[in-house]
Amino acid sequence: MANETVLMKGNEVIGEAAVRAGCRYFFGYPITPQNELPAYMAKRLPEVQGVFVQAESETAAINMVYGASGAGARVMTSSSSPGISLKQEGISYLAGAELPAVIVNMMRGGPGLGTIQPSQSDYFQATKGGGHGDYNMVVLAPASVQELADLTMDAFDIADKYRNPVMVLGDGVLGQMMEPVAFKERQSAEFVKDWATTGKQGRSKPNLINSLYLDPEKSAEHNEELHAKYMTMAKNEVRYEVKNLEDAEVVLVAYGMMARITSSVMNKAREKGMKVGLIRPISVWPFPDEAFEMALPQAKAFLTVEMSKGQMVEDVRLAVNGRAPVYFYGRTGGVIPSPQEVMEQLEAVYAKVQGGEA
Amino acid sequence: MKQIFAKPQSMTDKVSHYCPGCTHGIAHRLVGETIDELGIADRTIGVASVGCSVLAYEYFDVDFQQASHGRAPAVATGIKRVHPESIVFTYQGDGDLASIGTAEAIHAAMRGENITIIFINNAIYGMTGGQMAPTTLLGQQTTTTPEGRRFEEMGAPIRMAEMLATLDGAAYVARFSLHDIPNITKAKRAIKKSFQYQLEGKGFTIVELLSTCPTNWGMSPNESLEWVQTDMMKVYPLGEFKTPEEGEKK
Repeated sequence: MANETVLMKGNEVIGEAAVRAGCRYFFGYPITPQNELPAYMAKRLPEVQGVFVQAESETAAINMVYGASGAGARVMTSSSSPGISLKQEGISYLAGAELPAVIVNMMRGGPGLGTIQPSQSDYFQATKGGGHGDYNMVVLAPASVQELADLTMDAFDIADKYRNPVMVLGDGVLGQMMEPVAFKERQSAEFVKDWATTGKQGRSKPNLINSLYLDPEKSAEHNEELHAKYMTMAKNEVRYEVKNLEDAEVVLVAYGMMARITSSVMNKAREKGMKVGLIRPISVWPFPDEAFEMALPQAKAFLTVEMSKGQMVEDVRLAVNGRAPVYFYGRTGGVIPSPQEVMEQLEAVYAKVQGGEA
Repeated sequence: MKQIFAKPQSMTDKVSHYCPGCTHGIAHRLVGETIDELGIADRTIGVASVGCSVLAYEYFDVDFQQASHGRAPAVATGIKRVHPESIVFTYQGDGDLASIGTAEAIHAAMRGENITIIFINNAIYGMTGGQMAPTTLLGQQTTTTPEGRRFEEMGAPIRMAEMLATLDGAAYVARFSLHDIPNITKAKRAIKKSFQYQLEGKGFTIVELLSTCPTNWGMSPNESLEWVQTDMMKVYPLGEFKTPEEGEKK
């Protein structure tokens, strides 16, 4: 399949991309709508001398990831919202012990058991630190099956580069749909993991994977070092796509599947002569503040559209910082806003802008 | 002068933080001796748990990972799957293994993970100050069972070794005690066997060790050793419950 375009299901694409990025270990637990990914790995990993283990729980799976990562391996786990809640303890430990890993969340509606239909309501959990303690991780939000492949591969490099977990945040529909995809040949950087627990093997000092610092001064120092790393990540790992910002008076803001719907709404609005643009955050942490600086000289209002009751909109407001009104439209619980609904919202905001109200 | 006794080479010079009379030090030493005698220090990876032995990594001169509470067998699974040629052991207390980490322990055994668990059963939570453990005896007073553990409210002590011995994936399951020299010798033999079986790829091995907690039991070290024999051993019989050669012993 080298470089040729094939038709594949999103969840399986993540698996193939991971294998091509050198991931040889996968630990997971069944939950809809991501089951195709563990199934793919169970079949695929043995072909490349890798290991798939179905764990007894999401909690166990993320801790197997911790062990394998600490042992120096490229490793991945995946789940969907309720299961990702269970992984939060482990994600905090991965961050604390500075272990690289890739975690996939194919979001479904919540809270609680919620629904198996798609959602974007885990944005806060993903970007603000769902586990305990001061930590951050890069969170990548693909909007196509091709991007699932590209960003999954990137996620492994980012994880190894910073020795930090990285999350691929998809909405359930992305994992379920089929689209053409080409796996790009790429040279992954070599990462020397001389910190890994492999057995001392002649080393004079043992290696230790740990997040415990009983001395408060040392714990504070550890936190400062982590924070400095997060600031470097925040500077280097910003990703976004912008469309038609040059003359946009109203700027739509959306990520993942919602960005595809808003993008087609934008095109329709342009046909009607409305000056509308789009900002699509690809990294939702770090949040692409700079895209808003590009939009702000012209923009008179922003309309954030999400499959949630308003989560990313808070980051949009922080980025805009009062310089223009920020409107929100969202539906949640497994319902996807239709292009017509988004168009109605857009027209209402546009009318306000034209009437000088916004 | 001939040296006849020394600290195991696989242990560090760090002064232990364990309370006076606690048998963790003995258990550590038995593991250290085993690692020395089998010559496996260069390929051993330990997993420390949460509880009194949280700092176990400071006392062993081998690679270590610190796991979250109860998850050591899952962490060990991840390590062992990446480095099947290494020797991986966890060191867990009864709160860690028999309460919050019950699922991880049982499922590591079910999968026949080729790892070794050293399980310290002292019938109480030590690190957090003496709360009831699932292994606490009926009638035993703890900060959370001030009138003694009552079956009607808190059930009866959990026997992990007997339970794990029923699983096909478990190769070696034993319980021994650290309350006197003959029993320490037997415990050492069991620990060494468990590591040897792992070296031979036999599957999951666990050695439960009856241990003391004078501080939280409110006893002197000597009284504690006595109590292991008079009270704990009645609830937790010693011996091998399963071996690769003979299977489960009923």
